[in-house]
Amino acid sequence: MINDFPMQQLIDQDGNVLDHERMQEISIEKVKDMYYFMHRARLLDKKCVNLQRQGRIGTYVQYEGQEGAQVGSALALEEGDWMFPTYRDHAATLTYGQTMKNLLLNWRGRIEGGIAPEGIHIFPPAVPIASQLPQAAGAALAEKKKGTDRVSLVYFGDGATSEGDFHEGLNFASVFQTPTVFFNQNNGYAISVPVEKQMNSETIAQKGLGYDMNCLRIDGNDVIGVYCAVKDAVHKARSGAGPTLIEAVTWRYGAHTTADDPSKYRDQSESEVRRQTTDPLLRVEKYLKAQDAWQEQWKQEIEAQIESEIETALEEMESYPEPEMNQLFDYVFETPTWTIQQQIDEHLAVKGGKTS
Amino acid sequence: MSVAVETKKLTMIQGINDALSTALNEDERTLILGEDVGVNGGVFRATEGLQEKYGSGRVIDTPLAESGIMGTSIGLAANGFRPIAEMQFLGFVYPAFNQIMTHATRLRQRTLGRYTSPLVIRAPYGAGVRAPEIHSDSVEALFTHMPGIKVVVPSNAYDAKGLLLESIADPDPVIFLEPMRCYRSSKTEVPEEKYKIELGKAATLKEGEDVSIFTWGAMTIETMKAVEQLEAEKEISCEVIDLRTLYPLDRDAIAASVQKTTRAVVVQEAPLTGGVSSEVLSVIQDTSFLYLRSPVKQVGGLDVPVPVYSLENEYLPSVDKIKYAVEQTVSF
Ligand SMILES: Cc1ncc(C[n+]2csc(CCOP(=O)(O)OP(=O)(O)O)c2C)c(N)n1
Repeated sequence: MINDFPMQQLIDQDGNVLDHERMQEISIEKVKDMYYFMHRARLLDKKCVNLQRQGRIGTYVQYEGQEGAQVGSALALEEGDWMFPTYRDHAATLTYGQTMKNLLLNWRGRIEGGIAPEGIHIFPPAVPIASQLPQAAGAALAEKKKGTDRVSLVYFGDGATSEGDFHEGLNFASVFQTPTVFFNQNNGYAISVPVEKQMNSETIAQKGLGYDMNCLRIDGNDVIGVYCAVKDAVHKARSGAGPTLIEAVTWRYGAHTTADDPSKYRDQSESEVRRQTTDPLLRVEKYLKAQDAWQEQWKQEIEAQIESEIETALEEMESYPEPEMNQLFDYVFETPTWTIQQQIDEHLAVKGGKTS
Repeated sequence: MSVAVETKKLTMIQGINDALSTALNEDERTLILGEDVGVNGGVFRATEGLQEKYGSGRVIDTPLAESGIMGTSIGLAANGFRPIAEMQFLGFVYPAFNQIMTHATRLRQRTLGRYTSPLVIRAPYGAGVRAPEIHSDSVEALFTHMPGIKVVVPSNAYDAKGLLLESIADPDPVIFLEPMRCYRSSKTEVPEEKYKIELGKAATLKEGEDVSIFTWGAMTIETMKAVEQLEAEKEISCEVIDLRTLYPLDRDAIAASVQKTTRAVVVQEAPLTGGVSSEVLSVIQDTSFLYLRSPVKQVGGLDVPVPVYSLENEYLPSVDKIKYAVEQTVSF
């Protein structure tokens, strides 16, 4: 199977172009955009790990190493499309329009953190593994029924492919031919369990065959390749050719979360080697250098800009008003039931009427 | 001036079909999803004729996967539709539990109202129809315990139509449990026109003086039989309240009836421990403690897995058990 699903690349890890024809479509400016979004996501991620260590945010889920997969795929979406992320896909949501402030609030345990700005369809990050897949099929089916050409794109990890909802989501999308892109990030591990123990199949992409679905395996660290592959899948979906399953092969450098110690299950020196070889940002840097389009000064400029954006977001997060207690009960039902109302009244009586 | 309302005598399953047809007819956004709901019209015929009338794009035969049905319905609901998802039997809702518990019931809160799940889950349920294993579970309490979903149980055609239309119009998830024993056990007059019955409101099946009996679903049948005998044999005047909505309970109706009769019995089909009946007790205790002349009795199923049908009569609350409990309460 691995031969049927070779890991497709547009740019290899040394920055060489492998598909010149396809690269015609991709301007240097577009590539620089991709670099910018990846860099922005990476700096935020590093910051968050530090903030967690300082106790300024709660347990944090890092994505460093997966920026190529997340940014490339997010950039292939357009306004009105639907994104269904997991807890690890903040590089994707940030790129698609979620704000840094909200991402920080998310890790601060705030509901607002899971809500995107008005008009941007991003579901709150799914925590129960794979549960978002059938929902993405449903949201896409809704678009199809409304007669629009909008699509849904759903993220999930390698571990998620063992869940029933992975298969149910793919099957529903396939049976109803919904405009859905199933975007798998195979980062090699589900917490401590390596993908070889997760499945006996050589690829995740091949699982799409069972659903007679377009399916492919790509290098998730080749942001341009990811962008093009997802663009193609989105185009198919928009034009009525149904769902696609994409396996994007990648790697998370760090721990599963800040509460995890990866040395228990793998040798972290592998991550160090990968930083020097398959890193998604490094690859774009090499490509731009080969095109004579890399300016160190540009990098410093965007870096300064991103750092100030992060600082501003951090200030907004830290000065954000404490949550109103009503968030707890005002949104369970449109109108609270008497049981909830009675509990609120008693709660307030004990607190002497204070609402926060 | 009273206007004559056109009515039809319907079984509960016909009342449900009538409500579904009404909802499909009046709102394009209404969809039905489930196993065998389309061409076959549902294994109990709840959706009979609806696909023919409204098309396979709105009455949708889905793959056989309950989590997929729920997850897809959540996506549809969040994106503008009004899905009615059928679980073929409540005993097969378990694969969908995660979708209901972690998503349907939480979406409004997780997004502070940006996205909601205005959907209805319909499921035939309960024992007493000699169904195969697992087809007879009464697990309404799993859902009354679940924040963010309303739980409705009709016992006759009139209630079924009005409650189902109200459930479909509700802006939040509703699980609509249909006692299989009630599907064809009685016929009631059902207005042909559209009407709705507010959720959270009980119905008085019979007024009485000595004791209030609270029940719902198929146990209304057993309870009414017991009451008939008690009144004839023992001259005990019983008030029977069909709760109809199990979350939220009709606190006012429960309190008013207990305060009038000063005695209460709760009859539920499900295993007793942790059941909805305990919640009824809690409401009585909370609202009417000083009115009670005797301890409240509960009659329920045994705390055992619902058995195969050769044993289901042993498992189910019987007329005799209800009579026994009422007599004890009254003669305390
Ligand atoms: C249904 C469910 N089971 C278990 C967990 C706990 N858990 C959180 S992340 C994770 C591993 C997921 O691995 P994968 O799908 O590969 O995604 P990754 O975390 O690598 O991005 C597990 C087991 C969960 N969130 N949901």
